[in-house]
Amino acid sequence: MTTTTPDVRAAAGPDPVVPAVPRRRGRARTHSSDQPRRSRLLTVVMLLVLLYFLLPLFWLFVASTKSNADLFSTFGLWFADSSSLWANITTVFTTQDGIYLVWLRNTVVYALSSAIGAALLATMAGYAFAKYRFPGGNAIFGGILGSIMVPTTALAIPTYLLFAKAGLVNTPWAVILPSLVSPFGVYLMRVYAADAVDDTLIEAARVDGAGELRIFFQVAMRLLVPGMVTVLLFTLVATWNNYFLPLIVLNSTDLFPLTVGLAQWQATAAGGSGSRPLFSAIITGSAISIIPLVIAFLFLQRYWQSGLATGSVKG
Amino acid sequence: MTTDVSTSRAPTPARPHRRPSPMRRKENATAYLLISPFVVIFLLFLIVPLVYAGYLSMFREQLVGGTTFIGLDNYVRALQDSSFLSGVGRMTIVLVIQVPIMLGLALLFALLLDAGVLYLQRFIRLGIFIPYAVPGVIAALMWGYLYGPDFGPTAQIADRLGTTAPQFLSSDWMLFSIMNIVTWEFVGYNMIIMYAALRAVPAELYDAASVDGAGPVRTAWSIKIPAIRAAILLTLIFSVIGTFQLFTEPNLLANLAPNVIGVDYTPNLYAYNLSFINRDLNYAAAIAFLLGIVIMTVSYVVQLSAQRKERAR
Repeated sequence: MTTTTPDVRAAAGPDPVVPAVPRRRGRARTHSSDQPRRSRLLTVVMLLVLLYFLLPLFWLFVASTKSNADLFSTFGLWFADSSSLWANITTVFTTQDGIYLVWLRNTVVYALSSAIGAALLATMAGYAFAKYRFPGGNAIFGGILGSIMVPTTALAIPTYLLFAKAGLVNTPWAVILPSLVSPFGVYLMRVYAADAVDDTLIEAARVDGAGELRIFFQVAMRLLVPGMVTVLLFTLVATWNNYFLPLIVLNSTDLFPLTVGLAQWQATAAGGSGSRPLFSAIITGSAISIIPLVIAFLFLQRYWQSGLATGSVKG
Repeated sequence: MTTDVSTSRAPTPARPHRRPSPMRRKENATAYLLISPFVVIFLLFLIVPLVYAGYLSMFREQLVGGTTFIGLDNYVRALQDSSFLSGVGRMTIVLVIQVPIMLGLALLFALLLDAGVLYLQRFIRLGIFIPYAVPGVIAALMWGYLYGPDFGPTAQIADRLGTTAPQFLSSDWMLFSIMNIVTWEFVGYNMIIMYAALRAVPAELYDAASVDGAGPVRTAWSIKIPAIRAAILLTLIFSVIGTFQLFTEPNLLANLAPNVIGVDYTPNLYAYNLSFINRDLNYAAAIAFLLGIVIMTVSYVVQLSAQRKERAR
């Protein structure tokens, strides 16, 4: 790509590898501005499809308003006569001396520190790979790219053993440190930085006498924020939802994230032994645990959509 | 994936200079400084564990005699281990059945959304995507109850209709039940990747087609899908990786159906049980390593065949 301004690039002919940097959002899309005929029939079909994706969640929220008895005696997809939502919430937050709140706090701490750390590291590295040509750069980047295919779960067992030797097992570090590695994040930020930070801008800053690091932190960083938020959001989801790693490296209940904690409750409930009341606690606890991420995704739509475009288009 | 560097800094120093200029050296130093934090944690938490797993897999630990070097014996054992092989076989079934369904649906939905033929587009797009924000553990928990005979709505509806619902958690149905959960979780994610790629296809490509009088279906088939091949390949590779690593869903459903999901239902479950129940860490490392090789081989074959198809065009 040799174009310099967004406008020229938008019109730059049949080049299918144009990263979707947000500033291109305003681009006129001929084929969608044609006002294509909308179809009622297709919309109805898609709304039926949508039921498949949303009904289970609807069930979860309906079930979280029911007492254990109502769970068994009323129809699953509609509310019971009396709501037990408040009682269930109370149960969730008081069972085992309020361990749920501890799990929630752990999840937030692990997910936020991993996401912020991973996004920062990926941004620095991605920018360097995009804007500097240095000995070994391509080889290192190739190695990072290749590692995307290494299954993370294949690493979990040796990671556990190494952490055991280093005395890190059963500490928050055991969850956070491996989550900082985001090879896909580096790849994404490289593609993003190549386009979002103009070379002439860097040259101009150099002429003004700004040091290289100052250029990164004070000039480039601001332009990289949308890409960074994408990496942040996806690492946040990956860590928030992670189950395998914390299951392996943590063993005290006080350190569990929500996933491991709720899975433990489920195992106890399924085991029978008079633990029936746990059902509503598990269901309500599950419902509460997905609210933060759903809200994050709804509010940060702009970022994850453009960021995914960047990654996939060049992928 | 492209490793194109043409967008890097324009002024490249002339080759003959053996010693880089001070300016150039300063830039190199900055680049190394910027990548070093990532590279350090990359080495520590990805490369070192990987090498360590390879190292561990070549030893055997016995109560009598201690740790002995056995070369590739663990791998020979794994390749004859019906537990490992049946797990890989089961994941191959998922790969062949579930992945095409999931990616096919994702592509269909992405094309429909991109064509702009739906009302309520934004709502539909978000609604399909939302399950991605639900942790695998919660999805498995929820579907486990939905499948269940106690208070699952399917059982309730069937009961009201005077029949019985399929035993979703029985051995006949379990694999399909798991495939359904995975599909539910990831159709939206894959759809968004494809949709984003479709939005970035230059409009000029479509103009040519509409001049030629191609209908929306033909445009989708012969222009849109080829234009986003890279994105489709990416989702396919991620699906291969995810499928062979299946762990969360079977691990949670195992609580509800312990007789159906054994310790070796998936290769990952097997490696986990080997290390933390049997304490056979060396063999578990070999299984994990071998699984990694399977994943990389399949991903590589997928990429290769995609490239060959492209060349044949």
